[in-house]
Amino acid sequence: MQSAPHVEFRGVSKTYDGRTMVVRDLDLRVQEGEFFTLLGPSGSGKTTCLMMLAGFEAPSSGEIRLSGRSVQHLPPRKRGIGVVFQNYALFPHMTVRRNLAFPLEVRGISAASRRQRIRQALEVVRLDGFEDRRPAELSGGQQQRVAIARALVFNPSLVLMDEPLGALDRRLREEMQFEIRRMQQDLGVTVVYVTHDQQEAMAMSSRVAVFHRGHIQQVAAPETLYEEPEREFVASFIGDNNMLRGHVRKAERDFCDVETPGGTVRAFPVHGCRPGDRSVLAIRPERVSLTKPGVYTNEFEAVVEDILFIGDHLRLRVNLCGNPNFIVKIQNTVGHSAVLEGDRVRIGWSVMDCRALPDEEGGSGPTPVNQQGTENRSRSAVDAGKPKTGRTNDSVLAQSHREDGV
Amino acid sequence: MTGHNLAERLGRGLHLAFCIVVFSFLIAPMLVVVPLSFNAEPYFTFSQGMLALDADAYSLRWYRSVIVNEEWRLALTNSLFIGLVAAALATVLGVLAALGLASPAMPGRAFVTGLLISPMITPIIISAAGMFFFYSKLGLSQTHLGLILAHAALGTPFVVITVTATLSGFDQNLARAAASLGAGPFAVFRRVQLPLIAPGVIAGGLFAFAASFDEVVTVLFLGGLEQRTIPRQMWAGIREQISPEILAVATFLVAFVLVLLGVVECLRKRGGQGPVGR
Ligand SMILES: Nc1ncnc2c1ncn2[C@@H]1O[C@H](COP(=O)(O)OP(=O)(O)OP(=O)(O)O)[C@@H](O)[C@H]1O
Ligand SMILES: [Mg+2]
Repeated sequence: MQSAPHVEFRGVSKTYDGRTMVVRDLDLRVQEGEFFTLLGPSGSGKTTCLMMLAGFEAPSSGEIRLSGRSVQHLPPRKRGIGVVFQNYALFPHMTVRRNLAFPLEVRGISAASRRQRIRQALEVVRLDGFEDRRPAELSGGQQQRVAIARALVFNPSLVLMDEPLGALDRRLREEMQFEIRRMQQDLGVTVVYVTHDQQEAMAMSSRVAVFHRGHIQQVAAPETLYEEPEREFVASFIGDNNMLRGHVRKAERDFCDVETPGGTVRAFPVHGCRPGDRSVLAIRPERVSLTKPGVYTNEFEAVVEDILFIGDHLRLRVNLCGNPNFIVKIQNTVGHSAVLEGDRVRIGWSVMDCRALPDEEGGSGPTPVNQQGTENRSRSAVDAGKPKTGRTNDSVLAQSHREDGV
Repeated sequence: MTGHNLAERLGRGLHLAFCIVVFSFLIAPMLVVVPLSFNAEPYFTFSQGMLALDADAYSLRWYRSVIVNEEWRLALTNSLFIGLVAAALATVLGVLAALGLASPAMPGRAFVTGLLISPMITPIIISAAGMFFFYSKLGLSQTHLGLILAHAALGTPFVVITVTATLSGFDQNLARAAASLGAGPFAVFRRVQLPLIAPGVIAGGLFAFAASFDEVVTVLFLGGLEQRTIPRQMWAGIREQISPEILAVATFLVAFVLVLLGVVECLRKRGGQGPVGR
């Protein structure tokens, strides 16, 4: 028998003003010892979820459980959860030592034991020697470490972190990502982490829940999110993807043919589909190759519009199947660098690297299925909500392209 | 160019002159009181001797007579007692109100704030008359308790305003952080909120005390002979037995208020760069 999950959201909804749903019908399970990340753009409801879990906001409906027990009527101070706030929320009138002593003192822990725990916590965050400074006398990164130490010093089994690295510069952020992950593994605590930075989420998490407009789009391990996005929003939010829109022509179990303005593309139907459905195809730039005829199922001729030299690779932009910003990423090896702007090239990709997803036009479509669990991430088609039909304007093509792509 | 320079200097001179005139208008009546209180004669005017800076024309006789006078002593005791208790009451009520008003869950914030501040805006004669009728029904007129309650009501707005101002520079997440670390509501208040808002609390308390200390209208309405405060005694002094004693008392009050202002200013400075500023 499996033990109850450490954190569980059951059908949780939240509205602040009684009209707009900030979080809608959320189901979520976090296992003991996981590093679980809520990832999503600004305003998607991540902080709201964290505040409900910490007890500062009450769900409008649904239930939150900690280790199988409902925490509906448990005030924040009795939940025993460490919280790291985005702006640190260190007590400005107390030294580092007093900040760390605070949770121990209110628990009535003896002075000797307090000293020892504070020393240990400061060692974990590598800040020994700073005990007598005030928060104002510390750098941003050091304040961040104090905030983490304070959230850990009373040995909570669950720690929540709301964009803890948001205010730090890039180098420090990467260093702290590594350190937070190390501390989490050393101490074996469960962490629920919030960020809008997909790279950070991918680098740190054992599992990631992708949020969009108060809905969870997909919950999966980072590799799965990257390799097997199940929703249009996930495909466009995580890394780079070339998106092609069209109508399903023919649907089989293992493949479907989608008609785009530039020709028919054979793709892998992620949720199954039926002829006539609107579909969006997601193809990673690095899975597209320059090819000779007859190698791939999907092959197209296109003119190279421009070339971006990155160093270890090149990004070719072509106008393909109605997407004027179709990106092809090629390794900078001998021979490939001979491609020039204006050249006519042959481009190909395989069926398995081309995922056919329901067209949701930015994600306002049907609710996701199969959100939970690390298991069941195979490529078998899951019959998802059918996309709405009968809309026009199907030739509009989009491509998601992010500079900071994975 | 010299013409330009001249105009500029003239402008600056006029500006300075204007400031001096306004300043004297505001301050002179207070300053005149100080030397007059050392008058050796029982008059409210400068004697020939005083103007000639003759040492014999000055004396401490009015200070002496204030100190030995039973009525003045009672008035001082009353003023201090009523002022301190009313200020303490106003501080407690004002801090609680300000904390509640700062909570994001507070409904009708603007309305409640207006209600709390209203004693500061309503003409004092109207509040005093209202209190007179209401307190008489409750048997509170001509009692110390009645005056304390009245002055606490008048002093509370000062505390609400200063504490609200301090709280607005205060991160609401600090209280949440303290709660998540296991502190109950009282510990959160005593160990996190109170130390941070302390400068505002003390300043508000001093203002509330000063408001009570120089208040005369409600004392006229609500106070009996036993509740005469210093301003009330001065009022009586002017109307009944004209004596330079009240000049001595006035000088004492001016000095006292200057000290209070100095304390408030020190607190404000420390609050600005101290623990609250982040
Ligand atoms: N206290 C509040 N009262 C009213 N609306 C709120 C409140 N807090 C958040 N919201 C609204 O709820 C929505 C979700 O907010 P939330 O803070 O959960 O987003 P988020 O995912 O954390 O975004 P960000 O990355 O910008 O922090 C937003 O539209 C926001 O305006
Ligand atoms: Mg947020």
